[in-house]
Amino acid sequence: MGASDFSKLPHIGESVRRKEDYRFLTGAGQYTDDITMDRQTYAVFVRSPHAHATIISIDVAAAKAMPGVVEVFIGKDLEGKMGGLPCGWLITDVNGKPMNEPPHPVLALGKARHVGDQVAMVIAETLEQAKNAAEAVVVDYDPLPSVVDVRDAATGPQLHELAPNNHCYKWGLGDKAAVDAAFAKAAHITKLDLTNNRLVPNAMEPRAAIGTYSRATEEYVLYVANQNPHVERLLMTAFVLGLPEHKVRVIAPDVGGGFGSKIYLYGEDVALTWASKQVNRSIKWTCERSESFLTDAHGRDHVSHAEMAMDKDGKFLAMRVHTDANLGAYLSTFSTAVPTILYATLLAGQYTCPLIHVEVDAWFTNTVPVDAYRGAGRPEATYLVERLVTRCGWELGLAQDEIRKRNFINSWPYQTPVALTYDAGDYLGCMTKAQALGDTAGFEARKAASKAKGLLRGMGYSSYIEACGLAPSNIAGALGARAGLFECGEVRVHPTGSVTVFTGSHSHGQGHETTFAQVVAARLGIAVDAVDIVHGDTGRVPFGMGTYGSRSISVGGAAIMKALDKIETKAKKIAAHLMEASDADVEFANGEFTVKGTDKKVTFGQVALTAYVPHNYPLDKLEPGLNETAFYDPTNFTFPSGTYICEVEIDPMTGKTRVDKFTAVDDFGTIINPMIVEGQVHGGLVQGIGQALLENCVYDKETGQLLTGSFMDYTMPRADDFPDFKIDNICTPCTHNPLGTKGCGEAGAIGSPPAVINAVLDALRELGVKDFDMPASPHRVWEAIQAAKA
Amino acid sequence: MYAFTLERPTTVQEAVKLAANGTKVLAGGQTLLASMKLRLSQPGAVADLSGIQELAGIKREGNAIVIGAMTRHIDVANSADVKAAIPGLAELAAHIGDKQVRAMGTLGGSVANSDPAACYPSAVLALGATVHTTKRKIAADDFFVGMFATALEDDELITAISFPVPKRSVYMKFNQPASRFALVGVYLAQTDSGVRVAVTGAGQCVFRHKGLEDALNKSFSVASAAAVPIDASELNADLHASAAYRANLISVQTQRAVAKLLG
Repeated sequence: MGASDFSKLPHIGESVRRKEDYRFLTGAGQYTDDITMDRQTYAVFVRSPHAHATIISIDVAAAKAMPGVVEVFIGKDLEGKMGGLPCGWLITDVNGKPMNEPPHPVLALGKARHVGDQVAMVIAETLEQAKNAAEAVVVDYDPLPSVVDVRDAATGPQLHELAPNNHCYKWGLGDKAAVDAAFAKAAHITKLDLTNNRLVPNAMEPRAAIGTYSRATEEYVLYVANQNPHVERLLMTAFVLGLPEHKVRVIAPDVGGGFGSKIYLYGEDVALTWASKQVNRSIKWTCERSESFLTDAHGRDHVSHAEMAMDKDGKFLAMRVHTDANLGAYLSTFSTAVPTILYATLLAGQYTCPLIHVEVDAWFTNTVPVDAYRGAGRPEATYLVERLVTRCGWELGLAQDEIRKRNFINSWPYQTPVALTYDAGDYLGCMTKAQALGDTAGFEARKAASKAKGLLRGMGYSSYIEACGLAPSNIAGALGARAGLFECGEVRVHPTGSVTVFTGSHSHGQGHETTFAQVVAARLGIAVDAVDIVHGDTGRVPFGMGTYGSRSISVGGAAIMKALDKIETKAKKIAAHLMEASDADVEFANGEFTVKGTDKKVTFGQVALTAYVPHNYPLDKLEPGLNETAFYDPTNFTFPSGTYICEVEIDPMTGKTRVDKFTAVDDFGTIINPMIVEGQVHGGLVQGIGQALLENCVYDKETGQLLTGSFMDYTMPRADDFPDFKIDNICTPCTHNPLGTKGCGEAGAIGSPPAVINAVLDALRELGVKDFDMPASPHRVWEAIQAAKA
Repeated sequence: MYAFTLERPTTVQEAVKLAANGTKVLAGGQTLLASMKLRLSQPGAVADLSGIQELAGIKREGNAIVIGAMTRHIDVANSADVKAAIPGLAELAAHIGDKQVRAMGTLGGSVANSDPAACYPSAVLALGATVHTTKRKIAADDFFVGMFATALEDDELITAISFPVPKRSVYMKFNQPASRFALVGVYLAQTDSGVRVAVTGAGQCVFRHKGLEDALNKSFSVASAAAVPIDASELNADLHASAAYRANLISVQTQRAVAKLLG
C-alpha cells in the first residue's frame, strides 16, 4: 500500500489517546528499578573524583571485609576476560587513515580520565552496604593536569597513548578548491564564530540495569534502561564479552526517556552482566541523579567558524565551515558519527548553496564522553546555518525572511553539495504559514509596546531541515557504520482476530503502543484496542535497531507495513478459498474481503480463525497460520523541515530574557496521531529553547570538575519558562516509504535554538551587540550589553 | 544516607536536651535531608521538631507579628494576619523554593541555617525582627554572622521570630536560574526608625546596605536609589553571576522595590 492510500485510512490522523498512559499515570509502569529478582544484590560504582589521574593502586581488602559485601571488582580483574567498549562508527581521516581509537575499558585501567570514570564495582546484599563498602575502597591516585575545553585540547595534557595531541580525526566533506574559488569572486562574505554549548541529557528515569545469569540455561539476561536492546546485545556479545547472542537476552522494559543517552553500551551494563555469572547472583544498579550528570553521555559541545560567500543580491555562492568537536574522554558508541555524518551533511539547510566545504577536528578531553543527544549533529548544523543566514541578511540589509526567500530550494528532489538528496518539501509555504500564524506583521507594534515598558523585543527565524531514519545500510556502511540501519516488524494475527506486533523500535516516551497500533488497526480494519505492540525484548522481538534519530515510524512503521502487506496477501488467498473465488478478484477494505462484482464477503476475523483452524483451507497450497515478519531498509533519509519564529523580550537592566511568542510550523509528512506529534514538538521545543536560554554544562578549567553537577546549578527548563506554543503543520509526504511519514521526535530541539538566539540578537542589535553564544542567561545577556556599551 | 537515630521530641525542653547532647535538629529538613541523602552530612542522631506544637503558629502581638519557628513557609504565605500586616513577608514566603519545599520548610529552619542565598534572612534583617530563642532574644542586626553562621549557640534553638509591622515593605527577588534561590534578593522596609535595606544572595550572608538606606532616608525615590554606587568588591562571584552583575542587581532590585512601594 502506498502513502497516499494509507493516509486516507480510518484512524490515520486521529488523536487516539495513548494506550500506555493509564499504566504510567497510575504508577503501574515497570521500569528497570521496579523489577526485583530473586536473591538480588546491589552494585555501586566507585568513581574517580579527579578529572585526570594515574591510578597507582586500589586496595579493596577493607571493602571486601565490610558487612554484606559479595564481591569487589576493579579494572585488573576484568583485564583479559573481555574487550573494551566499542565505537560503532569508524571515521576515516582526511588522509585516508582510520581515526585514532584508544581503548575504552569497562572499568578504568591505569588511569582515570574524567570525573566520574568508573574505577571499581562493589556488590553487596543491600544498597546501603554496597555504598558503605564503596567508601572503603582505597584508591591511590596521582592527579594529573587536565583539559576540558575543546579549544585547549591540542595543547593540553595527553589523555591516551593512541591519540597524539588528543586528536581523534580530521574529517572533511566538499570541494575545497571550488569553494575557495567562489569565495575569491564573492561580492560579500559573512563570517561567524559560534559555540554550541554542552548539554546534560537528564532523562526523567536515570539509567538502571540488572545483570542476571542462570546456571540452568547458561543464559544471561540484562534488564536495562536502553533505547535499542538488540544493538546493546550485539555490541556487548560480539565486541566485549565474546558470548554467543543466543545466550544473552536484553530486556529494555518501560523506559522513562532517553534523548539519545540510552542508545549506548555503557561499562556498567557490561560489568553487571559479566559479574552476575561470577557471583552467581542477580545484580541491580540504579544510577543516581548526581551520578547521571557524571556518566550519561553528554550532548553538543562544538566550536565552529563559518563563512558564507554571496553575490550582490544575497544569493549564496559557497560556504565554508570548520568545527572543533569535543568527544570527551572516550569514544562513546556513536560519538564519532555525530560531528561528521550527522552534522556536515545538513549544512546546506533549506538553501541552494551550490558549494560547501566543511572540515571537522574531533578531540579528546577530560570530560564525560559526548554522543548523540536529541537531534545529534543536526541541531549543531542548524544552529550554525540559521545563525549565519540571519547574519548574512542583516549585513546586506535584508530582513530574515527575505534572505531566506532568495535562497530557498524550490524544487524537489534536490541534490545538495553535501551528499544528501532531499525528496520533498515546501520551504516557502512553510515559512509563509509560520509568518501568518506568528503574526509577524504585528511585530513592530509589539516591539513598540515592549519599548514603552522599558523592554527590548526581538524576532528570530529558523528554517531548519533534518535527516531522519538514517539509511540505507549499505551507504552507511561505506561511510563507516559498524551496524545495519534497517528495522524489523512481526505481525502475529491471533485466531480470534486480535493482533500482537513485535517491533524492533523502542518506545521510551514516544507513544508507539498507540501510534503503531493505529497503523495496524487502519490496515486491517480492526479496533485500535485489538492491537498490542511488544518492544524492548530480544527474547520476544525477532530483531531490531531501536529508536533514535526520529526513525521509528518511518523505518519501524514501514517494516510493520511490509509485514502487513504479507498478511494481506496471505489473508486474501484464504478469503479467496472461502469464497471460492480467484485470489486476484479478492479485495480487502475496512476489515472485509469481497469479490469484485459479487455480494460475497468474509470478515478479517473469519479469515484469522480459518488460518488457525484450517478445516476448510487450501492446505496443499498454503501453510496455516497468519504470522508474518518483515525487514525494511530505507532507500533514503526522510527530511522533516519547518520554520520557527521566536519573539523574545529582554529587560536591559537585568538581562532577563523571556520567550514571549514561539511559532512552529513543521512538515512531518503524513501524521498518524496529531496529539502525540504535538507532544513531541512541545518536548523538542522545550529542549531546544532550554539549550538557548537555560541549559549549560560547565567544567572548571583548572580542576576539570563539573561545576553544573546538579539541578542546583544546571538549569533544567520548567513549564513556567515558556509561553504557549503556536504550532501547525504542512504536509509534503515522504516519497520513499509506504506511510509518507518523516519523523517528528527531534525537530523541536533542532529548529528552535537559532530562532531564540536570532531573536535575542535582533533585540540587542540596537545596543550594538553583534555576537552572542548560548545560553541567554540573564548574566550573559547583561554582560553582552555591558561589553557593547564599553 | 547513612543510618541514624530519629528522635521525635514533643516539648521544647526535650528538644534542647537532645540538642545539647549533639543531636542534630530537623526543622523542615529542606537543607539537612538533601545533604544527608548525598552523604555530605552524617548526623548520628536527628531530632525532628515538627511534633512540638508550641513552636508553630502565627499571632499578632501589639505592633508585631510573631511567627513560631516551626511555622511552614506555606502557612506564612497564606496567613491572613501576615498578609494584612506585612504583605511583603507573605509574598516572600510564597516564592521560596517550590510547593514541596514550602510545605516542609520552616521559618526557624531557614533563619538558623543562614544560607547566603536564602530569602527569609533578608526579611528578618530589613524588618528589624527579634529572634526569640530558648535562651534569649537576639536582635536581627546581631543574629547573622556569616555563611551558614549565626549567633546561636549549639544548644540554643529558635522558638519564634517577632516582626515589627513596618509602614511598608517589599521583597524583590531575582532568581538564580537553576536553583531559584535568590541570586540577589532585596528586602526594603520603611520602618518607624527609617528605611532598612537588606540584601541576600550577594554576600557571605544577608547584610544591610548603608549607602542605599542613607540615600532613601534622604529621598525615597527611584532616582535616589539609582544614584547609589554599589561596591562589588565584597560580593559573591560564581557560575551564575559576577560580582559586578550582583552589584547591578542590588541597585536595580532596590530601584524596583522603591517603585513598587511608591505604587
